[in-house]
Amino acid sequence: MKNFITEKKGILSWLFTLDHKRIGIMYLVSIFAAFALGGFAALILRFELLSPDKILLTAKQYNQMFTLHGAVMVFLFIVPSIPATLGNFFLPLQLGANDVAFPRLNLASYHIYLLGALFCVASIILGSVDTGWTFYTPYSTSTDTAVIMMVTGVFILGFSSILTGVNFISTIHYLRAPGMTWFRMPLFVWSLYATSIIQVLATPVLAITLVLLMIERVWGIGIFDPAIGGDPVLFQHFFWFYSHPAVYIMILPAMGIMNEVVTTFCRKNIFGYAAIAYSSIAIAIISFLVWGHHLFTSESEVAATIFSFLTFLVAIPSGIKVFNWIATMYKGSIDLKAPFLYFLGFMFLFVIGGFTGIFLGALAIDIHLHDTYFVVAHFHYVMFGGTLYAFLSGMHYWWPKMFGRMYSEFMAKIAFWLIFIGFNMTFFVQFIMGSKGMPRRYYSYIEEFQIYHQISTVGSWLLGVGFIVMLVYLIQSLRSKEQAPDNPWGALTLEWTIPSPPQYHAFEKTPVVDKGPYEFGVEKP
Amino acid sequence: MQQIQKRKLPHYFNNAHQEFEAAKLGMWAFMAQEILFFSGLFVAYGVFRYFNPEMFIYASRLLDWKLGFINTIFLIISSFTMVMSVYHIQHNNRTKSLVNLTATFFLAAVFLIIKTFEYKAKFDHGYYPGMLFSGEGAFSSLHIFFGLYFTITGLHALHIIVGMVLIAWLMVRVWNGTVSAEYFTPVEMVGLYWHFVDVVWIFLFPLLYLL
Repeated sequence: MKNFITEKKGILSWLFTLDHKRIGIMYLVSIFAAFALGGFAALILRFELLSPDKILLTAKQYNQMFTLHGAVMVFLFIVPSIPATLGNFFLPLQLGANDVAFPRLNLASYHIYLLGALFCVASIILGSVDTGWTFYTPYSTSTDTAVIMMVTGVFILGFSSILTGVNFISTIHYLRAPGMTWFRMPLFVWSLYATSIIQVLATPVLAITLVLLMIERVWGIGIFDPAIGGDPVLFQHFFWFYSHPAVYIMILPAMGIMNEVVTTFCRKNIFGYAAIAYSSIAIAIISFLVWGHHLFTSESEVAATIFSFLTFLVAIPSGIKVFNWIATMYKGSIDLKAPFLYFLGFMFLFVIGGFTGIFLGALAIDIHLHDTYFVVAHFHYVMFGGTLYAFLSGMHYWWPKMFGRMYSEFMAKIAFWLIFIGFNMTFFVQFIMGSKGMPRRYYSYIEEFQIYHQISTVGSWLLGVGFIVMLVYLIQSLRSKEQAPDNPWGALTLEWTIPSPPQYHAFEKTPVVDKGPYEFGVEKP
Repeated sequence: MQQIQKRKLPHYFNNAHQEFEAAKLGMWAFMAQEILFFSGLFVAYGVFRYFNPEMFIYASRLLDWKLGFINTIFLIISSFTMVMSVYHIQHNNRTKSLVNLTATFFLAAVFLIIKTFEYKAKFDHGYYPGMLFSGEGAFSSLHIFFGLYFTITGLHALHIIVGMVLIAWLMVRVWNGTVSAEYFTPVEMVGLYWHFVDVVWIFLFPLLYLL
């Protein structure tokens, strides 16, 4: 029997396919490449920070390297990571549909992604940008590096993200199988719906910001550069109006995956389905009202107070989710397989990341902590400990479905522990040195911080080893001959009712849904 | 004109209605995206107007409101011809639909031509965007207004050009029979886009020329 991988042969049958599953796989390969590039930059950065003096990089090269790390990880890796890969592959399947609503638009979004990536990579050759991934003016309008190239790349990548969002919204509204009511959808779909709303409404603001930045740099119209009458704080407002909601583009689909994993590996129905679904939408809405907490030191005190309050509000829907997952685990039949280990890792790290976010949202404490390594650590606990862990969890969870092969559970556990220990070693010390006043993005530091930097760097090596182990066993699994079962975890959502890997027409007969997605208590033994 | 071509429903849809509704929602989501894109420009306008109220009043008098007004009228008429094109394709009158699309296309072209003359007149006085600015006026910050003016109207003109390409594409499709009363989704969707572009101008005209 042919599946979607063996259906057609040749590189062109992949590059111009309209099949959401193949597009998902191509995205997966691309974001792995982006992750490798960004990760490599991170390892070099950490290596340089072993000593306050020069080891490998000059100060300017160091600035270029952390910009590269940030821009690649944010725009090329983490924003598209879950929606464009696992979302593309599994959103239609979880809804019982044979494709997304606009397959050609889906392919276009992938091609646009490649084009944007090309621009970003070209900028490395043409004079790597040294502004940081935030492109703050007026430095970004005056530095001699290839800002325009990089910003054009990010602008193009934005369209890829918007088109994915548009596609998912229509798909979720109109391609649900008969009987699949809104409250019978898997919660991963709900989270992708909330994500899509943010992608569609926030990304264009980044687009216009970057267009204005380019125009300012080329013509100097006097919008962001104070020397010619512009307002740099306006840039910050514009930038964060996208970039704060963007962190919810990153974390919401991650939270969605957690629902799938916790129910399957605890063999229990989700606790508080509606609360989790609505909290996704609540996060999407509140995400648009909190950008000002990135500007506590450059906006009025009244505005800062209001934004501080609104920032605390985000903790409520996030907390609802965390408590519901714990309640789901309660008296569950827990199976500590790799995807669930990553779920536990997510819970542990995301809670730390979330709570330190509350610290930073509190005005007075933020004045002390802003622009220090504390922020760096907080961000990585949420993005790496949160999003990336959930992505890895989902990737292991759905790997047998995507490729029809099982990976080595033993090796997966080794990689998990390497990454878990390496991650905490790398980033926990950054909380400590940040609270002691080590500023972020600095090339050098005073002697008392050296021990923290060294621990952090050794941790980053463990992380690197962990990911290499993962790469090895994943490639090994693809080379193995053993066929994975259709439903290795005994999960209940629709994608597990079809063969692994799915056929090109995933559902020969349109499924009819008559119950919720996680009703473990009522299934036949 | 060629024969109407029968269209096969894509395999992932159950019926044509579902396909049409999905496309419409997708288009509205895209429109929301467009609104947010332009809202950035409107906010920038608001901020700089707040900082320089008198300069903005002075500068808006330097624009030729008569040309702006004529352009507004042309765009409103073009929205009407666009609606008529959608109406006629729905009622299977492809000829009339094509005529209306052609009219929309030419009105858009006239808009751009008038806009070019307006730009030319400003350039003649040295009112260039940004660093090239050498125009004279009662305010030293005058370049900020013209920087915004050229950016906003330029991006709007870019949307008009994209619209013209889409309308030309529709003209081909109406002619070769790949859209018809059975399947008119592309005409309706481009229509939505075109109205959006017009509405943006209807906000821009008073903000830039009159206030």
